[in-house]
Amino acid sequence: MSNVTDERVKRASVFTKVLSMPEVGAFLGAIAIFILFTNRDTTGNFAGLGGLAGWSDIASTIGMVGIAVSLLMIAGEFDLSSGVMVGSVGLLIGLLVTKLNMNIWLAIVIGMAFAGGIGFLNGWLVIKTKLPSFIVTLATFFVLKGANLAYTMMVTGAVRVTGVDAAPGYQSAFNLFALPIQVGKFQIQMSVFWWIGFTIVGTWVLTRTKFGNWIYASGGDANAARNAGVPVARTKISLFVTTALTAGFVGVIDVLRLQGMQAGQGIGNEFFYIIAAAVGGTLLTGGAGSAIGASIGAVIMGMAYIGIPYSQWDSNWTSTFLGLILFTAVLVNTYIGRKARGGKR
Amino acid sequence: MANALELRNVGKSFGSVIALQGVSIEVEEGAVTCILGDNGAGKSTLIKILSGVHKPSSGEFIVAGAPADYDSPRDALDAGIATVFQDLATIPLMSIWRNFFIGNEMTKGWGPFQRLDVASMKAIAKQQLLAMGIDLRDVNQAIGTLSGGERQAVAIARAEYFGAKVLILDEPTSALGVRQSGIVLKYLLKAKERGVAVIFITHNPSHAFLVGDRFFLLNRGQLLNRFERDNVQLEELTKAMAGGRDLETLTEEIQAVRDRG
Repeated sequence: MSNVTDERVKRASVFTKVLSMPEVGAFLGAIAIFILFTNRDTTGNFAGLGGLAGWSDIASTIGMVGIAVSLLMIAGEFDLSSGVMVGSVGLLIGLLVTKLNMNIWLAIVIGMAFAGGIGFLNGWLVIKTKLPSFIVTLATFFVLKGANLAYTMMVTGAVRVTGVDAAPGYQSAFNLFALPIQVGKFQIQMSVFWWIGFTIVGTWVLTRTKFGNWIYASGGDANAARNAGVPVARTKISLFVTTALTAGFVGVIDVLRLQGMQAGQGIGNEFFYIIAAAVGGTLLTGGAGSAIGASIGAVIMGMAYIGIPYSQWDSNWTSTFLGLILFTAVLVNTYIGRKARGGKR
Repeated sequence: MANALELRNVGKSFGSVIALQGVSIEVEEGAVTCILGDNGAGKSTLIKILSGVHKPSSGEFIVAGAPADYDSPRDALDAGIATVFQDLATIPLMSIWRNFFIGNEMTKGWGPFQRLDVASMKAIAKQQLLAMGIDLRDVNQAIGTLSGGERQAVAIARAEYFGAKVLILDEPTSALGVRQSGIVLKYLLKAKERGVAVIFITHNPSHAFLVGDRFFLLNRGQLLNRFERDNVQLEELTKAMAGGRDLETLTEEIQAVRDRG
């Protein structure tokens, strides 16, 4: 009676188990790229604290939103408006404090509320219209992109907002969100610590909470999830809101650090977030992925951005390099994932 | 045995289309009730009424002796009526234990520290599956790595564990090979032995005959016939299901075509 399974359930070896983890491909990739740039480095700093300070800075802002985007993608949805949202929130805060003399803390609250509202709208539209989120958020992207430029021009007469540092409350907000921490000769950005926190929270939510289970279920098979009593619509809308809020948070960090904002800030970043998630092992069709994978994906991108100039390569080729990494990483992830799961996906 | 649920003279129409008409069935506890019918016989509509997706347009739907009025599958589930859909039962990429507890996750701790009780869920999933005769060494593996029959079995075990008194199986064997079908039928009998009222919906009379205690035949939205285990043979069931005379006519027609060729 009870021996029916013996022929089909082989004991999975530790090796297979490790390989079937979604982030392992990204992890091996990060090590390979680290070794590559350490060897090619002409400054002697890449493998040290100087390099770390550089790449962790870039990785942190990509990683934070990358994690949120990864969760959203695991649930089977896209958000192409996540990049422009960084700019929208930064600009909104900048305009509120420079034109209305608002306290920066109040402006941050309003900026985040705006992001949350747009995120909710994205999610609600996707659920109600049943249109692909790719289209809905692409529309949001263009609406916001236009609005960022037009409204900034209209109010300031220029394509940027400046002088945010004069706002009441600026110093305390700066200290919390954007203060660089001196380590030896180098500065580690505050955003790096926020990013580490986001990675821990994202991993916790995904693997150890009900909500995390619902994320996997919603993306794995929305119908089966609904039949089992999972609130799929609520899960997805929450993730659209989270993604927009995270992008808004990066907008807050940017506007504090730069003491102003360009109208075009953040545009194009949506692809960095998706690359980080995909390199980190998140399945584009949903149902699988991890938060830590997206963070490792962000590390790879940070290393490329720092490593290329350190190696005295022409940094105009950075995007080309990232494109190749994306393709290779997803190919390898898919291949070892398939191997580890015994031919089935 | 008492009736777990009953339909009395139930009809269902969608606009001008009559999907079901005057259907009366009784489903006993601790028995397997088979509902047989060809494509378009009204099986899907019947399942949807029983599982709370649709409300009957006419007639009575009685669960455990009292009239039932469900607004959603969740209501039916709360009343102990669980449906295992043919291909919508599990989520392939998720682990077996996560699938087992999906929508019913166990947690510990409170407030922001509330977290999944992973150890308990793994242990319970393993133990419940073992009780059904499915011995898995690793409940962490993706459920997609299991065979179709085993996935159905996990879904059945899950429904039982979460208190299903009535278990509706929608064509559980139709996508499976002979051996896998056998496995599912065996689990179905195990559920019956534990006192669950099993409703087995199928268009395969041989599978129904292997496990069924009572058989209802649907055709074009109406109840064509009913049989009890003791007074029916497989040939009779097959013939009745195929529409009796229709089958004979069809056989003659096919023969005629072959003779010509």
